[in-house]
Amino acid sequence: MSDEANKGLLSPLRRKLLMGMAAVPAITMLPKASFAQAPATSAVNTTGLAVTDTEVTVGILHSATGTMAISETGSIEAEKLAIEQINAMGGVLGRKIKFIQEDGASDWPTFAEKAKKLLVNDKVAAIMGCWTSASRKAVLPVMEQYNGMLYYPTFYEGLEQSKNVIYTGQEATQQILAGLNWIAKEKGAKSFFFIGSDYIWPRTSNKIARKHVENVLKGKVVGEEYYALGSTQFNSVINKIKLTKPDVIFTDVVGGSNVAFYKQLKAAGIDLSKQALLTISVTEDEIDGIGGENIAGAYACMKYFQSLDNPNNKTFVPAFKKMWGEKTVIGDVTQAAYLGPWLWKLTVEKAGSFDIDKIAAASPGVEFKGAPEGYVRIHENHHLWSKTRVGRAKLDGQFELIYETADLVEPDPFPKGYQ
Amino acid sequence: MFGDYSLGDLGSIFVMQGFAGLILFSVYVLMALGLAIIFGQMGVINMAHGEFMILGAYVTWMTSSFFQSHLPSLFSGYFFLAMILAFIASGALGMLVEWVLIRHLYKRPLDTLLATWGLSLMLQQAYRSVFGAREVGVELPQWMLGSLHVSDSIEVPINGVFVMCLTVLITVGVAYVMYKSRWGRQVRAVVQNRIMAGAVGINTEKVDRYTFGLGCGIAGVAGSAFTMIGSTGPTSGQLYIVDTFLVVVFGGAASLLGTIASAFSISQTQSTFEFFMSGSMAKVLTLLAVVGILMLRPQGLFALKVRK
Amino acid sequence: MVINSRFFNRSELMGFIVLAAVLFVILPLTLDVFRLNLVAKYLTYAFVALGLVLCWGYGGILSLGQGVFFGLGGYCMAMFLKLEASSVENTKIQSTPGIPDFMDWNQITSLPLFWQPFHSLTFTILAIILVPGIFALIIGTAMFKRRVGGTYFAIITQAVAAILTILIVGQQGYTGGINGMTDLRTLKGWDIRPDHAKVILYFVEVVLLFACIGIAQFIRLTKLGRILVAMREQEDRVRFSGYSVANFKIFAFCMAAVFAAIGGAMFALNVGFMSPSFVGIVPSIEMVIYTAVGGRMSIFGAIWGAILVNFAKTSLSESFPQLWLFGLGGLFIAVVLAFPNGLSGLWADYIQPHIDRLFTSRKSKAGWKDNSVADGAPAE
Repeated sequence: MSDEANKGLLSPLRRKLLMGMAAVPAITMLPKASFAQAPATSAVNTTGLAVTDTEVTVGILHSATGTMAISETGSIEAEKLAIEQINAMGGVLGRKIKFIQEDGASDWPTFAEKAKKLLVNDKVAAIMGCWTSASRKAVLPVMEQYNGMLYYPTFYEGLEQSKNVIYTGQEATQQILAGLNWIAKEKGAKSFFFIGSDYIWPRTSNKIARKHVENVLKGKVVGEEYYALGSTQFNSVINKIKLTKPDVIFTDVVGGSNVAFYKQLKAAGIDLSKQALLTISVTEDEIDGIGGENIAGAYACMKYFQSLDNPNNKTFVPAFKKMWGEKTVIGDVTQAAYLGPWLWKLTVEKAGSFDIDKIAAASPGVEFKGAPEGYVRIHENHHLWSKTRVGRAKLDGQFELIYETADLVEPDPFPKGYQ
Repeated sequence: MFGDYSLGDLGSIFVMQGFAGLILFSVYVLMALGLAIIFGQMGVINMAHGEFMILGAYVTWMTSSFFQSHLPSLFSGYFFLAMILAFIASGALGMLVEWVLIRHLYKRPLDTLLATWGLSLMLQQAYRSVFGAREVGVELPQWMLGSLHVSDSIEVPINGVFVMCLTVLITVGVAYVMYKSRWGRQVRAVVQNRIMAGAVGINTEKVDRYTFGLGCGIAGVAGSAFTMIGSTGPTSGQLYIVDTFLVVVFGGAASLLGTIASAFSISQTQSTFEFFMSGSMAKVLTLLAVVGILMLRPQGLFALKVRK
Repeated sequence: MVINSRFFNRSELMGFIVLAAVLFVILPLTLDVFRLNLVAKYLTYAFVALGLVLCWGYGGILSLGQGVFFGLGGYCMAMFLKLEASSVENTKIQSTPGIPDFMDWNQITSLPLFWQPFHSLTFTILAIILVPGIFALIIGTAMFKRRVGGTYFAIITQAVAAILTILIVGQQGYTGGINGMTDLRTLKGWDIRPDHAKVILYFVEVVLLFACIGIAQFIRLTKLGRILVAMREQEDRVRFSGYSVANFKIFAFCMAAVFAAIGGAMFALNVGFMSPSFVGIVPSIEMVIYTAVGGRMSIFGAIWGAILVNFAKTSLSESFPQLWLFGLGGLFIAVVLAFPNGLSGLWADYIQPHIDRLFTSRKSKAGWKDNSVADGAPAE
């Protein structure tokens, strides 16, 4: 799949360069449209997308209902905020962004159906959406068949690369390896216990983590357990953890199961200030449900925490709270979702066009300096270069930044030696 | 797999594992008691049972937030008030639902399934609109957190003990109400022969309404207790519904003792399986065993002999 | 077997003509390919609804596990399509080329044995019918021979649905897990994704649907159908008359399972993937609800139910993404409380009499009499 995608990326790039040069004089010669400095629609939209002289339509496709609404609400909010901010700055190529929101209803086929509707019926210029790997897998063939552009916000398992998707979250190696290295060095950890929800992302992540622990860190994995999504009974696995006494509990339990897991862990007398626990699935959003007192002391490894101390984040967090309420929290994925509309805007402006092929080709190298997580850049493989950070959960539900990689970590969706 | 561990370790793990099974048992009993009354006694298939539980959980959450902001000095005791409020809220909603919906459907039990399924969809959406799609975390008073330190390797979770005590209390209470009180006799009379019960002067409509309300109220208390171990979100209720029905059916629908026995056997089987294999496979095997036994013994473990 | 001289009575004939006109002519002419493909998706549920009319409406057996059979049929089809999509050229990036991508992700290095026969289309088509059929036979025999029925049967089928879902999700190396089998591409080299293929698949599906309607109607009109209804109304009397009640129930349940499986297979073809979200309890109950809304006693009603509820679902969720569940939930309650026989009951009560009057006033002596079996609210 990636081979095709790579080929697809190269040739349009060349074409885009040529066309870009050709388009420059054309724009300057055109009479002024209704919008000041807005290039003519016919020049920036050659494939019949929903772009008018004043507006451009994008789609937002997340679950507003069903079990995943818990997680995806934050992404919807972040995307709406980004769109509003972009519009306040004058929009994209002089056009206001209008969005059509569709509900994936936590149901993967519905995601595919709605994605198709957005592309075929509404002709949206880009889709910000999906959360679970399953929904992305369902949507991907649709994006490729009808040539759409998806900005996908979640950290995910990798093993995928498409011309039609920009992955604004981290892929597995990017997220996990730095965290494992850190905890092995810092805590002298040698034995690990893996526990995850039973689906592709935790399984792939744990596979990568296991290879890294065994081959690179020369440690041992003393247990690996999976529970069905939505499970609420973890007492048995907690007993196994007590029996095997691992140096580190490594978790990728998702959704509501998290709440049960951490509450029962605490109730079983496992003190997270003494027992090291590294999670790659708990963001500030989840802590809202878990309760800070149940998880305080745990380490999380991802690219963004709400408490990050940088100028971008200091303007982003208040803006988000102003729009969505003082009590809302911002997790890693919410921030990644916020990047989607911005990266799309920057790419469109770089390409000088809304055409999907040109955006796909122009994406590599696009930089976003205003990201709340700090500077990010799109890699040739359509993933983001980003830093990986380790935070420690505090009682108030926020993370305290403990460690961050010195440089941006290169995304590597098909890691050699980890498959 | 046990070669590497000392006998002492293994011993305490078996104790802990037995305890885990007991907690699961309490959870199942709490879930199933309300349904055993509604389904077992009245024959109503209440697919919205989980949503009544979640209502109790949300009431607990609201109580806890209220105490936190207005009465922080009494916070340590709020949970008891929360459970009572949860009972009242779920019970009241249950009675309303009975009056609006269920009483028209007593002659069509399978239709109650469809109607209550519709109800559960609406309740889920109502929770989502009112409380938001995100899960809420209920903060517990300090004394309910942590564990009792029995030995170095045996720790007994306090909230587990609390859930067990609560289960015993409610079970005894329900048994008393159903088998000793005047009202309980009326309920059983209506179950066994509605027409005759009416003929001897029992207000069957009122009995129905209060029975349904009681079942829903217990669901509310269960939901309130579950905030200690699980999560509270608009769709959390759906997770419980199949397990709950299986426990009730496996026990023999009209028997409280059967419900308890079936909860015990299912929970112990599952927690034993869980220790030896992955959680998903444990669940599959437990359910398969239950379905298999039900095929051999369709009336459940304890069957009440009633003339049809 | 005694078959009534007329295959359809007049109102059924009208239902048949209207449905055929809508599906064969009106929808293909008025809808664009995207919407037509959606209708094709809705129609896959019509197969399930058709089966439920036989087994629930006529036989009085409510199964809450039709998703199991829908899923089995769909997975059989999807396995064939997935194997074809996972040719060595398509998957050369994997560590083991030539096996489905999800197997590669789960460190499976060779195609499992039970996947092997799905290289053959003939085997697949047989499997689509036989696997769910035999599975239903086993469940049905175990349950009905022991006289398990009513609510118990409903709850046990629900548990079966739960088990199969957990199993599919848990064994992701063999089944694709919660993602399901995605990215199905070709059928014997014929690309099923472009627009013209969708149109052809739509017509194939409609033809199949009408074939199934024919079979259902045939069953209904023979003595078999009458015994089913008799059984629903007074099971013991039928038993005392010397009929084997269990065998008739098993037959109805198996037919319903096979119809559901055909629907599932068409789903995999039309939508291009299959996932465990069609196997579980929620979809199974939804399928029952389509039937209830359309009318559990009416073959055509149930098909309209499947189409209209799904249409309502799509359009409500497009216009009110936050609130559409209220509408859907309310619809179910309304149907159960106010119209126990669904849309077809409404039709028969309010619209049919007017039409009849129209006809009778023209033809003074219409010798028409309802050939269909005893109607009325089903008793469980």
